[in-house]
Amino acid sequence: MNSVAAGVISQPVQSPERGLWLAVMRDLRLGLRSRAELLQALVFLVIVVSLFPLAVGPEDALLKRIAPGVVWVAALLAVLLTLPRLFAADHADGTLEQLALSPYPLALIAAGKMIAHWLMSGLPVALVSPLLGLQFGLDTHELWVLGTSLMLGTPVLSMIGAIGAALTLGVRGGSILMALLVLPLYVPVLIFGAGAVEQAMASIDYSANFSLLGAILLLGSISAPFAIAAALRISLD
Amino acid sequence: MSLFKYSSPATFYPLAGKLWPWFAGLAGVLTLAGSYLAFFVAPTDFQQGDVYRILYIHVPLAVMGMFIYLIMAGYGVMALTLNTRLSSMMMEALAPTGALFTALALWTGSLWGRPTWGTYWVWDARITSTLLLLFLYVGYIALTQAIDDKKRADKAGALLVIVSSINVPIIYFSVKWWNTLHQGSSVSLAGNSIASPAMRWALLAMTFACWMYSIAMALVRVRAIIVERERGAAWLMKGGGE
Repeated sequence: MNSVAAGVISQPVQSPERGLWLAVMRDLRLGLRSRAELLQALVFLVIVVSLFPLAVGPEDALLKRIAPGVVWVAALLAVLLTLPRLFAADHADGTLEQLALSPYPLALIAAGKMIAHWLMSGLPVALVSPLLGLQFGLDTHELWVLGTSLMLGTPVLSMIGAIGAALTLGVRGGSILMALLVLPLYVPVLIFGAGAVEQAMASIDYSANFSLLGAILLLGSISAPFAIAAALRISLD
Repeated sequence: MSLFKYSSPATFYPLAGKLWPWFAGLAGVLTLAGSYLAFFVAPTDFQQGDVYRILYIHVPLAVMGMFIYLIMAGYGVMALTLNTRLSSMMMEALAPTGALFTALALWTGSLWGRPTWGTYWVWDARITSTLLLLFLYVGYIALTQAIDDKKRADKAGALLVIVSSINVPIIYFSVKWWNTLHQGSSVSLAGNSIASPAMRWALLAMTFACWMYSIAMALVRVRAIIVERERGAAWLMKGGGE
């Protein structure tokens, strides 16, 4: 167990907000101590997106046509790659068990981990995505829609992903198994996210897609922490 | 008699042994009746010709593929809330049949699609969501097989199926809207009105045949799972209560 985790566990119980804050800050602090790891997902995203023009040819019209799908799928895979980090280190050194024993509800700590994970994976991906869209010839408005759709969608990727990561904790072939479990559940987010950009490109009203992404985000925010906590308890049993 | 009498593997094992031949027999009779109706009584479709007859197996498989997943989710809720081991065993017993039905539904669908739509595969809403359902089955089986500790595998599988089944309607509608937003569905199943009563009876018989078959298979499989997990238990040594 490391000293930062001790902060979450040993302090007297205060308000739930305080517990959430401690959990988020702890993961952020740990994450920022290995900055190279944080950059890996972003570099992966940029490389994957750059492969597509090489594979399908540099025609502007075609690239623009596939841009929303390419950026979204690459973002999804980039987030997926960061998921094993979410609990693996804490599981390996026993911190996770201590966290489960802490006076704060495990769902609260899970929510904190989820938020920290999004801040370190989904948020950077969403922030970089307009730059990638630019390479594919999207205009300003479309870039804005792309960035916003990722802002709304990537938190859901962290939530569903965290459930998958918790279920496959310490299981043989865990990371590929996790991809198998998580990717089919990512489909709605992918459809609505990439769909919003496509509709913006076709000058159709895309607000319905944003509403649906927002609805999924809200539904996930209230239910995912409990599912993650349940999954963690199953894995720690 | 308590409601939970048969939630114990020791009491359910002989019951399943007695029941499965009946369900299997019923499945056999219904298959014969359904096939007779489908091949000899139901009229030929005036647009599609005889090829449409594959739908008599395709539709029941697709329906049961979805239905079995819901049943598994129901067992999953029981496994997590009531902590009954048998519920998890039933989930494990149902999953292969569900996956098989879903895969066969896709297969027969593409065999039907080739002469009718002129292509083996369309990214139609229904086909795509069935494909995703197959992925969900594969995910469940992969997860439960990968975890050595049976207790943990049971609970993890149950939670996964519950979480996924909440997602199933979201997936279905997202895929549906995705498809209709892109383009109108080129051919829809709703276009085939089942007018003749013989067609309706054939479809009904085949659906029940698939249903009975999956119950029989689940019971046979759950008996194997019980023997595997309870090996060494005294009641099994004494002949399993049969």
